[in-house]
Amino acid sequence: MNTPTALRQPLSLRLTAAGFLTLWCLLASFPLFWITVMSFKEPVDAFASNPLAVVFGPDTRANGKGLSILDLVVGLAVLWYTVRLAVRKLPDLVRRHAPGGWLLLGWIAGSLLFGLAFIIVFFVLLPPVLDTANAFAGPLGTPVVGLTTEHYQAVWVENGFHRNFVNSLVVTAGVVTVSLTVGTLAGYGLARSASNLAFWLLIIALVFRALPHSVLVAGYLPVFISSAEILEPLLGEAAPTLYGQPWAVIAVLVSINQPFTIWMLRSFFQNIPADLDEAARVDGCTHFQAFRWVIMPVMWPGVITTGLFSFLLAYNDFLVCSLLLDAQNQTMVPAIAGYFNRETTTTDQVEAIAAAVSITAPLFLLVMIFQRQIVSGLTAGAVKG
Amino acid sequence: MKFRTFAAFVGPSLALMLVFIAAPLVGVLWQSFHLTQPIFETVEVESCTPSFTGQICTTELKTRPVLDEAGRIVTETTYVGLQSYRNVLEPDRLRQAIASGRWLDILDIDFWAALRFTLTFTLITLPLILLFGLGIALAVNNAVRSIRGPIIFVSLLPFIITPVIGALSIRWLFIGDGIMTAFLEWWLGRDIAMFAQGWTIELLMLFYRVWHVAPFAFVVFYAGLQTVNMDTLESAIIDGASRWERLRYVVIPHLMPLIVFVALIHLMDAYRVFEEIVGFSSQAHVISLQWLTYDFLTPDDAGNRAVSRASASAMLTMIGIVVLLVPLLRRTWRDHRGTRR
Repeated sequence: MNTPTALRQPLSLRLTAAGFLTLWCLLASFPLFWITVMSFKEPVDAFASNPLAVVFGPDTRANGKGLSILDLVVGLAVLWYTVRLAVRKLPDLVRRHAPGGWLLLGWIAGSLLFGLAFIIVFFVLLPPVLDTANAFAGPLGTPVVGLTTEHYQAVWVENGFHRNFVNSLVVTAGVVTVSLTVGTLAGYGLARSASNLAFWLLIIALVFRALPHSVLVAGYLPVFISSAEILEPLLGEAAPTLYGQPWAVIAVLVSINQPFTIWMLRSFFQNIPADLDEAARVDGCTHFQAFRWVIMPVMWPGVITTGLFSFLLAYNDFLVCSLLLDAQNQTMVPAIAGYFNRETTTTDQVEAIAAAVSITAPLFLLVMIFQRQIVSGLTAGAVKG
Repeated sequence: MKFRTFAAFVGPSLALMLVFIAAPLVGVLWQSFHLTQPIFETVEVESCTPSFTGQICTTELKTRPVLDEAGRIVTETTYVGLQSYRNVLEPDRLRQAIASGRWLDILDIDFWAALRFTLTFTLITLPLILLFGLGIALAVNNAVRSIRGPIIFVSLLPFIITPVIGALSIRWLFIGDGIMTAFLEWWLGRDIAMFAQGWTIELLMLFYRVWHVAPFAFVVFYAGLQTVNMDTLESAIIDGASRWERLRYVVIPHLMPLIVFVALIHLMDAYRVFEEIVGFSSQAHVISLQWLTYDFLTPDDAGNRAVSRASASAMLTMIGIVVLLVPLLRRTWRDHRGTRR
């Protein structure tokens, strides 16, 4: 890069900028890093006021749970190798084995299998091997860093967090599919229409986007609770009580998300030249055929980006899920409120931290894989005004 | 596109929005003027207790809810006018506080306290986020190309994290003798309890919100910086503009539409502040408008939800949103007419 001389910066400015960036990166990552560390320690260590005690966990180590230098080296090596394998080999494997047209499904299956294999190797096969190795390794085999997974076991196995996980999965999967299906249709229609009606629809959607969700929930709650009585004349005995039904929450979240989805998809559709569908129409396609066979194939990046944001909305939602779902069908985020709202022991608190880290882990992966799409989504609405 | 095809494309989405957004809004408006209560009846109950001399019988009047054949409580809905609004706004206490000159008493009323917090929160975070986002964007734009990717990755983390969890993760740093509290105590040489009083919690909330939204502002501004016209910058240099002047008169005007965009999105979102209250468990000290509605909707110890009051407070919250949006809508409308002509 040859920067013009006049644009070169004095050393002091560069140092300030570098310092500011370092500070920001620390700020951005520290809370997450720290709660991850805390979640692996005994309560005494997790809430110790000395940071070194939190990192090395003397109390946890004293209980005989810790990692030796050997564990650390082997564990990190396996992790590094896994990441390398995922980046280098996985795409080729998926491409070779997935039949044409099923690439997306191939990716899903491939990554699931890969994740499963990793879990089996890392959590089932590795620990016994390392245990035996530690016994022979002498000083290298004595624990140096305290680490325990008991809180995760307590959260996922004993407290039944996996049920909340499944509920979250159902709700998010439902929201993403429905909201993309409905949203792409509407986004396309709005992008290709210059009528006043389309403009007003977009404005109304903008107003709807600004509505606080609690306002809407205040409208749903009484109806949802007594929906069996209200719908009885129409549906008879089969009338469902909507309160506590995951699919009712899916419908609600899809609708709440709709304004945002159609705005974003519209701006992606507007990037696709209208000549493309006109050409398809000249060749004898109906509007819908042009949409399905000509526009959609080039729209995938936009759809994936919008899907990511729908996913985030559904996954992160607290208010709607906590008010419209009962305890049996609760999703992960509201369920965690149960940990810190009751009178807690410190063990409960560390369990809450473990649950919080479990909720964050998928999001972390998501940013890692889809960083580019998220950035393009954030700027899609903005740059074009 | 013909109207028919347009309707077919937009129909499903429109139907969803009508059923799940417009209809509940009308419902909330109706509910805020009505009150649904169980019907009570007063009955004479004779209760007898055995004793040595026979039975002692007493009759007393008891109030109990009327049940229908299926054993459900019968409710009736009555028009109560502005009563629910009065319950939320508490104009009598407000008048009293103003008349007696003790202005701070107003903040003892939930709604006004919530309004105070929501507005200060929105207005304080707004400039902080714009400044911080712009700062990070400028710094990243200056950085070596190879480290930009990792920095963007790290920056996205606070943005992408579940809001409740993000608030919790910051709370855990400060709770009890947590690492940050310990650090502050060592630094300031005094005892600190971050969660014992309102203003420290508010500080943490402000910090959390800036931490959470600054990445969004950063990414948007950063994208805008890529399109700054290099020729204009160079001619500014030839004209002898200093670094600061270039930023002030070339870069910022170029970013202005984006700044307006980020500010609007942030105004809408900050006005809905809610997750912070849950994450920091601050309801004893600080509440927000949306949390007020949420609280009315949560069943109390007897399992009742104050739907009417929730609706009234929801409607009052809405008024704020409308006030916020009117300038924006007017501008959009003018732009729209401008492009059509």
